[in-house]
Amino acid sequence: MGRTIEVTINGLLYRHDVEPRLLLVHYLRDVIGLTGTHIGCETSLCGACTVLFNGAAVKSCTLFAVQADGAEITTIEGLAENGQLHPIQEGFWMKHGLQCGYCTPGMILAAHQLLSRSPDPSEEEIRRGIEGNLCRCTGYQHIIEAIRYAAEKIRVTREGGARSK
Amino acid sequence: MGKKFVGEPIPRVEDHRLITGRSQYVDDIVRPRMVYAAILRSIYAHARLKAVNVEKARQAPGVIAVFTGADVREAIGPVPVASRLPDLKIPKHPVLALEKVHYVGEPIAVVVAGDRYLARDAVDMIEVEYEPLEAVVDPERAIAEGAPIVHEEFGTNVAFVWRLSGGDIERAFREADVVVSQRMVNQRLIPVAMEPRGVVAEYLPGEGQLTVWTSTQIPHLLRTQLATMLGLAENRLRVIAPEVGGGFGSKLNVYAEEALVGYLAMRLGRPVKWIETRRENFLSTTHGRGQIAEVEAAVKRDGTVLGLRYKIIQDLGAYHQLLTPAIPTLTGLMATGPYKIPNLHVQIVGAFTNKMATDAYRGAGRPEATYWLERMMDRIAGELGLDPVQVRMRNFPQPEEFPFPTASGLAYDSGNYHQALRRAMELVGYEKLRQEQQQLRQQGRYLGIGISTYVEICALGPSPALPAGGWESATVRVEPTGKVTVLTGASPHGQGQETAFAQIVADELGVELADVRVIHGDTAIVQYGIGTFGSRATAVGGTAVYGALQKVKEKATHLAAHLLGEENVANVAFEDGHFFLKDNPERRMTFHEVALAAYLAKNLPPGVEPGLEATYFFEPSNFTFPFGAHIAVVEVDPETGDVQFRRYVAVDDCGRVLNPLLVDGQVHGGIVQSLGQALLEEAVYDESGQLVTGELTEYAIPKATDVPWLETDRTETPSPVNPLGIKGVGEAGTIAATPAIVNAVLDALAPFGVQHLDMPLRPEKIWRAIRGA
Repeated sequence: MGRTIEVTINGLLYRHDVEPRLLLVHYLRDVIGLTGTHIGCETSLCGACTVLFNGAAVKSCTLFAVQADGAEITTIEGLAENGQLHPIQEGFWMKHGLQCGYCTPGMILAAHQLLSRSPDPSEEEIRRGIEGNLCRCTGYQHIIEAIRYAAEKIRVTREGGARSK
Repeated sequence: MGKKFVGEPIPRVEDHRLITGRSQYVDDIVRPRMVYAAILRSIYAHARLKAVNVEKARQAPGVIAVFTGADVREAIGPVPVASRLPDLKIPKHPVLALEKVHYVGEPIAVVVAGDRYLARDAVDMIEVEYEPLEAVVDPERAIAEGAPIVHEEFGTNVAFVWRLSGGDIERAFREADVVVSQRMVNQRLIPVAMEPRGVVAEYLPGEGQLTVWTSTQIPHLLRTQLATMLGLAENRLRVIAPEVGGGFGSKLNVYAEEALVGYLAMRLGRPVKWIETRRENFLSTTHGRGQIAEVEAAVKRDGTVLGLRYKIIQDLGAYHQLLTPAIPTLTGLMATGPYKIPNLHVQIVGAFTNKMATDAYRGAGRPEATYWLERMMDRIAGELGLDPVQVRMRNFPQPEEFPFPTASGLAYDSGNYHQALRRAMELVGYEKLRQEQQQLRQQGRYLGIGISTYVEICALGPSPALPAGGWESATVRVEPTGKVTVLTGASPHGQGQETAFAQIVADELGVELADVRVIHGDTAIVQYGIGTFGSRATAVGGTAVYGALQKVKEKATHLAAHLLGEENVANVAFEDGHFFLKDNPERRMTFHEVALAAYLAKNLPPGVEPGLEATYFFEPSNFTFPFGAHIAVVEVDPETGDVQFRRYVAVDDCGRVLNPLLVDGQVHGGIVQSLGQALLEEAVYDESGQLVTGELTEYAIPKATDVPWLETDRTETPSPVNPLGIKGVGEAGTIAATPAIVNAVLDALAPFGVQHLDMPLRPEKIWRAIRGA
């Protein structure tokens, strides 16, 4: 067998022996059983497999599981906290930012990175921020509205939080 | 009145599982003892198979079995084609190739192994001895003398010649002031649903039942076909379409792999999973479009179009998939578009080529028709020196002429085409834009305004017009607690019918959305249905739900009258979830109380069955005909050939709208797929039949940065074909937008004397056209 890796996924530490050639996305899906991360191309072009890797959005189909040794990974299953949807998830729901849903987990995590870098993005910034994630259903417009919704919601929540302190 | 749901922008009830990563697509399904299949595919477009040596693969680590065409030819029947055109040539289509391969990507052998990596390793160990033959790739060459023959048994690559006539086309051309002609190409496209295809199959020997989970738009039709292919009783076969990650027509089919994986599960006695790679998806999932047309229009100087003559060649690819030959006939039916053109002649030649089969792709034959005609309307305007709006307005039928009979033999249900175009012109500020265009041209800037007015044939459709029936089914089951379960024969895969149907139920029964559950896609649970394609799921499937609801309400009302001690059922009203006596509204019962009473069955009226559910099969009397007007405004950079959008305005009329959020989503997605065809996408095979654009690296589907902000609006003309007045909207954007964008680019290029360019209009092509001018 291959190497032993330790990976923190959605806050839980896992230790597994993995084959060196096992892709990170197959590790997440087939070994851990987190099937919310999808595979759309295996060539890093579609973005369906996007996860947060030490906070950065990466395409897990072009990383090996062994490269994740010691990393902290967030998948779509780890985004909602205590049953409370993340504002980006809520935005996708309220603004009809998804149809078939296949690109959605990756798209939401790409949006997560975008908003962590640019809390109030323009339409143009949003388009560039999700350029690496393909969607064949929505035409992107409702996704843009979903991300704007999330940005606004995060801003209001922060300000509300600041006031209450 | 209480809360109403129909017509409101309700966020989807299906979304929660999708945004939290808890939905289940085919590849998410795991069964005990499951093994993995991988497929060896032809690397030649046309070759004799001299030998397929699988011994090394059989010995490879983890390999459980390897099968070739010879191994399964007796056990699995051919891949079916449902379309029946006169004198159609139907080649034998085995699930694994036998003596010859006919396109790159054709399945030759299948390996089953303990994991997906080992299965793919072993595929590389199969040794195939090919004797390469000359391939024929270009459909025009394929039907010319001396071309290599794809299927030798026919002695020709012409699979069919289909003709359609209406009126007197010769007379139209005799009476014409001007004849405008144009040769145009509608390039081959690759659907690229984000979820590739995939199949999991499991055989339960005790039950004698095979379960097939597959990413499909048509679970019931697939079940019937798979039962035939595998020689199974249909009631021992269960097809489940779990969450399906997009289809766009590419999953409206019966594929070799669906039968093959089912067979493997039975043969090996273990569950088997096969998941298509993206490369395989490009090579061996059906493609779309692929038409070449020579169009001639007979016109009067005032812009009146007297007649149209079409000579079309359809690139079929090597085999017929389920509906391959039928797709271009839809082009023929819609060849006069939203115009009053009394004389028509269409000839379509279907050509075999050494390529993947073409079949339904969002719009399926209708985008081709709209593209040909909308390009012609602009060419006519150019030849006559008229505004493109003027030519269109002159040829529209008047609203009072509906139902409007076409030269192709259809009856358009309802419409107001002038109104939609006027609305789009208002929104975009048409007159001002034309002035601005003139001013900019003087500064060496090239603005283009492109119009597309369209009508589509939807809600497919009356059963006589479809190979497998065109009705749809629904069961509405009121549970004893008053919760409502809907079983729909439609098979939505992103369109949102779990929400739209729940809205219909909530309004009709006065329950909350959360009280309704819509189940689809499992042939062991849902009564036979047709599926989701052709903008039919809401117009036909939603109407079936509505019909079943009326039966449920009728029974519940009858029961309520009995329970309220009222002999006259007509005196019982049902509103906001309550039954009450019209002349004594104090005497009332809740819907829940009536539902429970139906199941407890202690006090039923004589002759009334216990329980509260109804099934309804809705057979539409006609198609529906959504329509609209799109206007694209672009600026072309003459130095680079780059196209930048300034505006995009879409006015669509899809009849009555159940949920504007869903309708906008459908329109946006459709327009962007159109944009892909107009500007970016093209499936390119080289002369030897290799797919050059075989990955997302070479085949560009639109990214967020390629797309302008879309301004959508609607007119609402109810369809008389169904009681809800729905026309359908799944394909409108894809049908309307391609010619709007191409017309805009060519309008921008008009000062250079460029009359036509074939898609995709990439910068290099535009730049060369400007330079060549």
